[in-house]
Amino acid sequence: MPAASLAAVRSFVAAPIPTRPAVSVESPRAFAFKGVEKRFGDKVVLDGIDIDVPVGQFVAVIGKSGCGKSTLLRLLAGLDRPTAGSLIFGPEAKAGAGEESRTRFMFQEPRLLPWASVVKNVEVGLTGIAAGAEARRRALAILGEVGLADRADEWPSVLSGGQKQRVALARALIGQPQILALDEPLGALDALTRIEMQQLLERIWLEQKFTAVLVTHDVAEAVALADRVVVISEGRIALDLEVPVARPRWRGSVELARLEGRILDQLFG
Amino acid sequence: MTLTQRVKQNGIGWLLPALVIVGWEAASRVGVMPANVLPAPSAVAEAFWRLTLSGELIQNIGVSTLRALAGFAVGGSIGFALGLANGLSALSRGLTDTTLQMIRNIPHLALIPLVILWFGIDEEAKLFLVALGVFFPIYVNTLLGIQSVDPQLVEMGRVYGMDRRALFLCVILPGALPAIFVGLRYALGIMWLTLIVAETISASSGLGYMAMQAREFLLIDVVVLSILIYALLGKLADSLARLLERLSLGWHPAFQNA
Ligand SMILES: Nc1ncnc2c1ncn2[C@@H]1O[C@H](COP(=O)(O)OP(=O)(O)O)[C@@H](O)[C@H]1O
Ligand SMILES: [Mg+2]
Repeated sequence: MPAASLAAVRSFVAAPIPTRPAVSVESPRAFAFKGVEKRFGDKVVLDGIDIDVPVGQFVAVIGKSGCGKSTLLRLLAGLDRPTAGSLIFGPEAKAGAGEESRTRFMFQEPRLLPWASVVKNVEVGLTGIAAGAEARRRALAILGEVGLADRADEWPSVLSGGQKQRVALARALIGQPQILALDEPLGALDALTRIEMQQLLERIWLEQKFTAVLVTHDVAEAVALADRVVVISEGRIALDLEVPVARPRWRGSVELARLEGRILDQLFG
Repeated sequence: MTLTQRVKQNGIGWLLPALVIVGWEAASRVGVMPANVLPAPSAVAEAFWRLTLSGELIQNIGVSTLRALAGFAVGGSIGFALGLANGLSALSRGLTDTTLQMIRNIPHLALIPLVILWFGIDEEAKLFLVALGVFFPIYVNTLLGIQSVDPQLVEMGRVYGMDRRALFLCVILPGALPAIFVGLRYALGIMWLTLIVAETISASSGLGYMAMQAREFLLIDVVVLSILIYALLGKLADSLARLLERLSLGWHPAFQNA
C-alpha cells in the first residue's frame, strides 16, 4: 500500500469522529416516495414504495439481486420516472439530476473519464457550478479530503480500484449535494479497501450532513454505516429498521450483530 | 524514454532499408543487376541531384503534395462531418448511412474513366478522386468511434449536468479519438495511392507525371527516384499522424511508456 493511503487510514483512526444528534423525525423532509410503482413493460419492478426520509439521514437499501434497488435510486436521481405514484422533495432539494438539483449519483463503477487527469475528473462534479482556477482549487481541496492530493495530475488508469472510487466519491461530493445516491459503490473492492472506504464515507457524511442513500448487498456494511436499513423484497419494502447505535460504531458489537441477524432472517427466512 | 533510446529504437527501423541499398549498389557495380532493369542507387542519387538543380523535382513534389492535401482536406472534412452527424443523430444516420455504405463498395479507382469524362485531366479530377478515397476511412472510423463511446460515461456526464456541448467535447469526442486516428492513418495511405494512380494515368505535372515522362525517354533512374519519393512522402505523412496521435492520446494505456 502506498504511504499516502496508509497515512490516510491512520488519520481515520486517529481523527476524533464528530458527534451529532441522531436525526429525529422532526427534521425537515429530504424526500419521500408516495406509492411509487415502476414497471418495465409487463414486469412490475417496484410495487408501491412508501418511504419518508428526513434531511441528513443515512439510509441503506438492501435486497436480493434484481429486486429493484438500482431502479429505486435512478428514480430518486431523476434518471427515470415512476409509472405511478410520486416523489416529493423537501424544500431544499428539487427533483432530477442536474446542476441545481444537487442530487448526486455514485455508480458501482468509478466511471472516470480516462482522458482527463484525476483533478479534471473531480472538476466534472462542478459542471455548471464553478470553472477554471476556482474549480481546480476546490477539486484539489476535496482530493486532499479523500487522501489523493498527490495524485491530482495523473491519469485515472494508473490508480487502483479503491483509489478510482475515491476519485468518484470526491467528484460526487464536490458539488455539495443535498442527497447522495450510492449504487453499490464499494461492491467491487477488496475487503480491506472497502472498510477503509466505509470509514471515509462515514467521516465525510458526518462533516457535510447530506442525506445519503446507499444501496449495498453487504448487510454488515449497512448496519455499520446507516441510521436506517430498508429491505426491499418483491417490489415492496419488507423491513424498515432503525439502527439506534451510537457512533463511532464498533464493528464487532453484539448490537450490530443482532440487527444483522434480523435483516438476514428477513431476506432468507 | 531517453533521447538516445528513442534514436536507437527509430534507428533500428532504418537498418534494413540501408542494408538493401548497400546490397543493391554492390550488385549493380558487380554487374549482377543490369542498369536497364534497376539503376544503381548512386545513379538514382545522381538523378535526384540533377532534378533538384533544375528545380523540376521540387516543383513536382510541390504540385503533388498540394493536390494530396487539397483532396485530403475536402474528403476528410466531409467524411468527418458526416461521421459526427451520423454518430450523434439517428435521423441523419437513417437518411444517409445505407447510401454511403452502397457507394463504399465501389472501388473509387473504378471511377477513373468517368472522372476523366467529367473533368478531363484537370486538377478537379485528381482532387475528386483523392477526396473520394479519403472520405470513407475517415467517415467509417469517426462513426465507429462515436458509436463505441462508453454509454456509462455518457450517462455519468448527464447525471453531472453536462449540456450537449460539454458532453460532446468532454466525453464523446475524446472517446472517439482513437478510432478517428486509425481512420486518419488509413486515409493518408489511400491519399498517396490514389494520387499516384491518378497522376500516372492523366496529368501534366506532379510526381506521377514525372515518372511517366521519364518512362517515355527511358530514364529509368528518374522512374525509380519517383517511386522512392512516394515512399518517403508516405512515411512522412504517417510519422506526422503518429506524432499527433501520441500527443493527443497521452492518456491511453497504449501510449504510456511507449
Ligand atoms: N431499463 C430497463 N428495462 C427493462 N427492465 C429493466 C430495466 N432496468 C431494470 N430492469 C429490470 O428491473 C429489475 C430490477 O433491476 P435493478 O433495479 O437493476 O435491480 P438491482 O439493482 O436490485 O439488482 C430487473 O429484473 C431488471 O431486469
Ligand atoms: Mg443494481
